[in-house]
Amino acid sequence: MDIINVTVDNKPVVVRKGTTILEAAKSIGIKIPTLCHMKLDDLNIENKPGGCRICVVEVKGRRNLAPACCTEATDGMEISTHSIRAINARRTVMELILSDHPSDCLVCAKSGNCELQDMAHRLGIREIHYKGEQSTYREDTSPAIIRELNKCILCRRCEMMCNEVQTVGVLSAVNRGFTSVVAPAFEMNLDHSVCTYCGQCVAVCPTGALTEVDHTGAVVRALADPTKTVIVQTAPAVRAALGEEFEMEPGTLVTGKLVAALRRLGFDYVFDTDFGADLTIMEEGTELLNRLSRHIQGDPTVKLPILTSCCPAWVKFFEHQFPDMKEIPSTARSPQQMFGSIAKSYFAQKLGIRREDLVVVSIMPCVAKKYECGRDEFAVNGNPDVDYALTTRELAALVKVSNIQFRLLPNEDFDHPLGESTGAGVIFGTTGGVIEAAVRTAYELFTGKELPRVEFTELRGMEGLRSATIDFNGMPINIGIAHGLGNARKLLEEIRSGKSQFHAIEIMSCPGGCIGGGGQPYHHGNADVIKKRQMALYREDTNKTIRKSHENPYIIKLYEEFLGQPMSEKAHHLLHTVYFDRAH
Amino acid sequence: MPKIKLSEPAVETIKEVCKSFGNKEGELINVLHQVQNKLGYLPAEVQELVALELNMSVAKVYGVVTFYSYFTMLPKGEYPISICMGTACYVRGAEQVLSEFRRQLKVDVGQTTPDGKFSLSCLRCVGACGLAPVIMVGEKVYGRVSPQQVKQIIAEYQEGCPTHSVKTA
Repeated sequence: MDIINVTVDNKPVVVRKGTTILEAAKSIGIKIPTLCHMKLDDLNIENKPGGCRICVVEVKGRRNLAPACCTEATDGMEISTHSIRAINARRTVMELILSDHPSDCLVCAKSGNCELQDMAHRLGIREIHYKGEQSTYREDTSPAIIRELNKCILCRRCEMMCNEVQTVGVLSAVNRGFTSVVAPAFEMNLDHSVCTYCGQCVAVCPTGALTEVDHTGAVVRALADPTKTVIVQTAPAVRAALGEEFEMEPGTLVTGKLVAALRRLGFDYVFDTDFGADLTIMEEGTELLNRLSRHIQGDPTVKLPILTSCCPAWVKFFEHQFPDMKEIPSTARSPQQMFGSIAKSYFAQKLGIRREDLVVVSIMPCVAKKYECGRDEFAVNGNPDVDYALTTRELAALVKVSNIQFRLLPNEDFDHPLGESTGAGVIFGTTGGVIEAAVRTAYELFTGKELPRVEFTELRGMEGLRSATIDFNGMPINIGIAHGLGNARKLLEEIRSGKSQFHAIEIMSCPGGCIGGGGQPYHHGNADVIKKRQMALYREDTNKTIRKSHENPYIIKLYEEFLGQPMSEKAHHLLHTVYFDRAH
Repeated sequence: MPKIKLSEPAVETIKEVCKSFGNKEGELINVLHQVQNKLGYLPAEVQELVALELNMSVAKVYGVVTFYSYFTMLPKGEYPISICMGTACYVRGAEQVLSEFRRQLKVDVGQTTPDGKFSLSCLRCVGACGLAPVIMVGEKVYGRVSPQQVKQIIAEYQEGCPTHSVKTA
């Protein structure tokens, strides 16, 4: 029998066999509180260690209480989610968790966004009856992520993301009992480990145990320095998510308000990373076409498939885990770094200032971008191309502290020349977007014909692994897409074993792509939020007049005035990079 | 943690043990047991190699090593001393015996004396509760141990008394 009948709080409900009590209750609108449990629908991501015991419910005839998140409902089960016994047990569990948690909520980075705080509120905890030893652990600071394990409640969500979804394998529960912590091997610091800084552990941490390194102070100081010209670039995924920090509906596009807010914060020029994205397409697309034509001519040394290289966590991932394949990804730098490089050369020259007097700030949906902009190869004489990378969340904090009423701001436009972008640049923020943008340009350059339609719906979606074949005027181009590093690993292993049929592969580390990045407003386990951000980016693309990177007039001008051709010597020097073997 | 370089025979031993368990991730605990029996302890480098051979993350291996008190990352002494902290031994004064060993040897639980002779550890129940409190030196069991006897037990081994000479595997 595949269908079973149960009652939850005296309401009958019919569910499929295998459904948990939690899901059965949810299907009739009863929300059992959970803490360690997290489920991202459609992304096949679920954490249910049954560890915290907040979700306990009373089941008639059963001696002990049942954890709803990991107990299957059985036929005839009578469940009470708010009996006195269940509520008391839940509150006791909560008090015990809180008795080993610092009570510095007022000054915690996660205050207001903390699921533990919310749960304590929801359960109406007004007193902690238990007093005992508190676990203490040293703080670990890396270029992108801070670990404050005093605040860890051992929900193991981070461990699940790091191992099952990303297959990076840095985090594991270590030690035993009261001294248990989630840590890298030998309890080394993150920056000595193979951590990619994808930030998915930060994205799912319910408390302040894992947060990004805060660079807002440094940016405020730069803005206040009269000797510096401070410019800003904003990544595509930011405009589709920032509104959530100001109580706007997920999926609201706030591009115009974002520009206005940045201008009010005091940035001298407000530019767009989408310009960098268009530039990336020019370089990466040209590289793809070069490799393709060499492949067609029978050159045996050509490396195919070409892999995208926009995502710094992905770059660090293959440098650690697949160093034997570091010649395969495109050598094109990421849009953030291309923008920084052009800003501190071309744009500084235009302004007639030294690069040291120009400060480049980027707003990113990402924590790995903090690490990326600090990589040695992206600096000239010690001066980085991008000085600071802030997350979407940090920008929201900066807007709030600066007394800006975000929702009341008018819509404003980006500055020129580095603020002009196309629809192709916008969709860089979602899985499938980079390769769609590349196809739009590569197709026209390869065939010399105009595309009959610019939208490639076959490349879109939320499946972790996708593939499509695009007809380049008789030449079938096989394209692969992966988001989430575990999916990327599958494609890489295929390539290593010589079985890959793809010509080009797009990889993004975070589930959903940058829209689901580790620096975005917290989704709190709601995957719908990520899907709405994706729809918003496609909407922005549709609204753009120019939708192909090679038609961006300021990109054309940049090549005419400064770079010459894509892949020229100057472009190579400023816009391409090399990868390192970090395994040995 | 000081870095050590594994000798060729040690590397071979580890690889053989892993292979004998089919290089399966699920056999991790058995693999670690055997490797520790053969090498005496499980330093970081050993765990890294085991992780590589079983195709799993080092963090997971380290997680298991630190979870079970049986596994150790420090070399044991020539004469490993284990104090039973099971319920029966505990109520009959194992803790006082332990603190006397700590005082006499000037090492803490989990440590080894600088001369490499003695290491101190705790264990849970050796199944000789009738003899509580129980301690073991190597494979030899001492029952009804009082703190006053501790000095004498240590002396037996310091003199290298041949009748009591017990070595680790």
